[in-house]
Amino acid sequence: MIPIRDHMNEALVVRGRLIFLFVIVLVLTLVLVLRLSHLQIIQHKKFTALALENRIDLFSVSPVRGLIFDRNGHTLATNVRSFNLEILPDKVADLEQLLDELGQVIELTPAQLERFRSLTRHRPSFEVQTIKANLSEREVATLSVNLHRYPGVRLQVRLQRNYPEGELTAHSVGYVGRIGPDDMKQVDLNAYQGMDYIGKSGIENQYEDILRGTTGISMVETNAHGKIIRHVNTDQAEAGKTIHLSLDIELQREGVRALDGYEGAIVALDPDNGEVLAFVSMPSYDPNEFVNGIGERQYGDLRTSELKPLFNRALYGQYAPGSTIKGFMSLIGMDNGIDPKQRVFCPGWFSLPGKTHRYRCWKKTGHGWMDSHEAIVQSCDVYFYDLAQKLGIDKIHKGMSRLGFGQTTGIDLLGEQSGLMPSKAWKSKARNEPWFTGETVITGIGQGYMLATPLQLAVSMATLANRGKRITPRFLSGIEYPQSGIREEIEPQLEESIAAHQDHYFDLVIQSMHDVVHGVRGTARGIGRDINYTIAGKTGTAQVRSIAQNEEYNEELTEKKYRDHSLFVGFAPHDDPKIAIAVIVEHAGSGSRTAAPIARRMIDFYLHKQLGLFSDSGPATETVNS
Amino acid sequence: MLRQARHTIPENSTASNHVDRPLLIAILIVFGIGMIVLYSATGADSDQMLKHGIRAGLAFALMFIVSRISSPTLARWSLNLYLFALLLLVAVLSIGIIGKGAQRWIDLGLFRFQPSEIMKIAIPMATAWVLSRSILPPKIGVLLLTVVIVLVPSILIMRQPDLGTALLVALSGVAVIFLAGPSWKLVVSVVCVMIAAAPVLWSLVLEDYQRRRILTLFDPWSDPLGAGYHSIQSIIAIGSGGIDGKGWLSGTQSQLEFIPERSTDFIFSVLAEEFGILGVLLLLSLYLFLVIRGLVIAYQAEDNYSRLLAGGLSVTFFFYVFVNVGMVSGILPVVGVPLPFISYGGTSMVTLMVGFGILMSISRGKKA
Repeated sequence: MIPIRDHMNEALVVRGRLIFLFVIVLVLTLVLVLRLSHLQIIQHKKFTALALENRIDLFSVSPVRGLIFDRNGHTLATNVRSFNLEILPDKVADLEQLLDELGQVIELTPAQLERFRSLTRHRPSFEVQTIKANLSEREVATLSVNLHRYPGVRLQVRLQRNYPEGELTAHSVGYVGRIGPDDMKQVDLNAYQGMDYIGKSGIENQYEDILRGTTGISMVETNAHGKIIRHVNTDQAEAGKTIHLSLDIELQREGVRALDGYEGAIVALDPDNGEVLAFVSMPSYDPNEFVNGIGERQYGDLRTSELKPLFNRALYGQYAPGSTIKGFMSLIGMDNGIDPKQRVFCPGWFSLPGKTHRYRCWKKTGHGWMDSHEAIVQSCDVYFYDLAQKLGIDKIHKGMSRLGFGQTTGIDLLGEQSGLMPSKAWKSKARNEPWFTGETVITGIGQGYMLATPLQLAVSMATLANRGKRITPRFLSGIEYPQSGIREEIEPQLEESIAAHQDHYFDLVIQSMHDVVHGVRGTARGIGRDINYTIAGKTGTAQVRSIAQNEEYNEELTEKKYRDHSLFVGFAPHDDPKIAIAVIVEHAGSGSRTAAPIARRMIDFYLHKQLGLFSDSGPATETVNS
Repeated sequence: MLRQARHTIPENSTASNHVDRPLLIAILIVFGIGMIVLYSATGADSDQMLKHGIRAGLAFALMFIVSRISSPTLARWSLNLYLFALLLLVAVLSIGIIGKGAQRWIDLGLFRFQPSEIMKIAIPMATAWVLSRSILPPKIGVLLLTVVIVLVPSILIMRQPDLGTALLVALSGVAVIFLAGPSWKLVVSVVCVMIAAAPVLWSLVLEDYQRRRILTLFDPWSDPLGAGYHSIQSIIAIGSGGIDGKGWLSGTQSQLEFIPERSTDFIFSVLAEEFGILGVLLLLSLYLFLVIRGLVIAYQAEDNYSRLLAGGLSVTFFFYVFVNVGMVSGILPVVGVPLPFISYGGTSMVTLMVGFGILMSISRGKKA
């Protein structure tokens, strides 16, 4: 039985519910409209900004690093093209997984991975980072095929620093390297947006701010997968400025040849303005190896090598100056009232009054009666033992300090060593010991505590050549603006001059040093033959190990590392100085035998070839130096 | 043939010979808007546009065919259709193939289809049929029967797992039950029980990814590259559209592929970005019109089956719109419900058209 149904009532029930649902529909529609109005009208600006942020990526456009030239326009540092693999961390969901996958396509060393991870930690994630530079052609080919699989990864052609002269410039121009975590703590990261390299040593480090340039910013529209759709706007990068160095790379090359495999250093300056002409430290290394990070093993080999190729001997090497300071000793003596004509007898040894210890002269048979001039020419030790003892250490200290010993020269390279000019005060402070007169005696011949760098010795020669006018040695001679081509010259920097009590004291010393080379008994007379100009110079032989009272020094029997260093300092021509030079050849015996001929070769090369002076082939009118 | 079909139903001789024009016109306008937005969303992919057009044509044809079936005939088929759909659902769980990580499809060789789509129609039909056979408001026994009718397929769909469809399918049945007029006391207590049971459902029923989606809803920015990415990009697109939009084919979020699933589930964001709130309001008005028109048809219907079914289908249609727009604008979790008549994809359009065909049939069935 179907019950009797009230159809009217049932229709009313359903219609009532229909009206209720209609109201619900209206309310929910209102909710949607309110929500959408909130998003589209009230928060419109915020979302417009977010949408813009989504699609616009900022890329740093790295500037071209400034070039470095030598004084004659030879390229010392340039930029060459290199294929780099780059990653935009922002567009990568899982960086570690990506590195893993890339590692299966090309070889990624632990060092490269470490470097990349540290970069992504320290830099904002919207910045592109290079994971591997200098890709081989094969790697580029492999990557090009696979690249589409990795959003946020790209191949880029970049300019990479290159040093065409290689090891010739390692100790002067230095090198750039990848910016490491340590650099990041020290520099303003904003200035290095999009840059991978920073000057690590040498001129590259010293003039980083000039060479670096300014980063540009490129605005691109990218899609959700990081693919660039179009370029929106580009703020051009400003190239680094070109640097002109005073260095003469040909002279530098000649110096390396002249050293002929010996360890040693040569510093040559233009005494007139302090420009560094040659700055040789051998052995050296190839700075190009360091640009993209040197391999650990390779670096280990360089570091542990007994020949110390990484050690900049010209700048950091501190050597006993030996007899090279005898001219200055004489000058200090005259300045302190000691008559240069006053003679001292050399029996082959010297001893202090009331003492039995004998300080030997290099000439066992003795030089006989010696005045200042002859003592310099023949390098008589006894004369200078006596002179030193007469002056006392503090007067020597004062005089030598005025000549620049024991202080940095102020050259435009970082990390210069100051050498050491001992005094009583120094010894009591540094060693907490009293000064002994015997120590004064050996200071007279540049032994004992006294230490000088090859650079200091060269600078002291320039000072002597200038008759007391001191100059600051420097590499930088000009800065060129790449756009305009305007070249800004660097003015020579003068130090406080040292006046001797009488001007002719300088002349006397210079004359004596002239006779060292050109006199019949001069210790460097060997290099005075077949010469058409004059050199004022002084030889030196620096003991590496002290010799006991009764011991004989026999070079043949002495192990190489204990053999004497060979030194020569000087300038030429002696009456119109164009070049001041210091040569130190490690473990090469007497100064006259090794260092002096090297100096002669350098001076010959510079005056003849580079300046065209005194050359047999023609008059001395042509100058290369502009 | 249609003419013949009409003549075989003599009891409808008084009915109008025409389809419900307001409905048809509104659907055509929405579909037209959909084509315009889809063209932009697919990146001017004419191939996809053609496919979409063909499917729409088939769906329209189906709508016309369904609109010619009288509502008593529909009523007679209701239970059989429901049982058939239930069988398919069981089948899909056993032989279904993997599609988008979930078992939803049946592969018939020529095409694949989702049995859950049939349920969108079959549940309201079966529920309306059962309820219309007894006095309204229904007695508790009838109510329990309808609850079983709704729950069994819903649970099966949830097992696929397809939470969004399961909820919407369940809602379509619940709407019909609600229309049948159970006492307010009962309605309120059921709602209270549901609220109380929510935490249990949360931990027992929901899968991990579903829970994450719901949590992300409350703070999408907590995981901008993960679970929140879809939501955020969609909201940015909508918000950056502003009042009059960025212009057709000029939405950066859309064209640069920041909006995920931009031709299917998130197509509303494309519209909102390129046509602004003006476009949004136009579309929402059209949807609202369709719903209201459906509710009016239900209101004017001659018998309970027609009233319940028409009301249920109209409200369900509104829920599709509400859930989709709510999901892309960040007030509902991302559940994967297409935007009616606009999203790319055949099955959902066919279901919708069949639904509107039924509404037209009911509209035709009423006394002039």
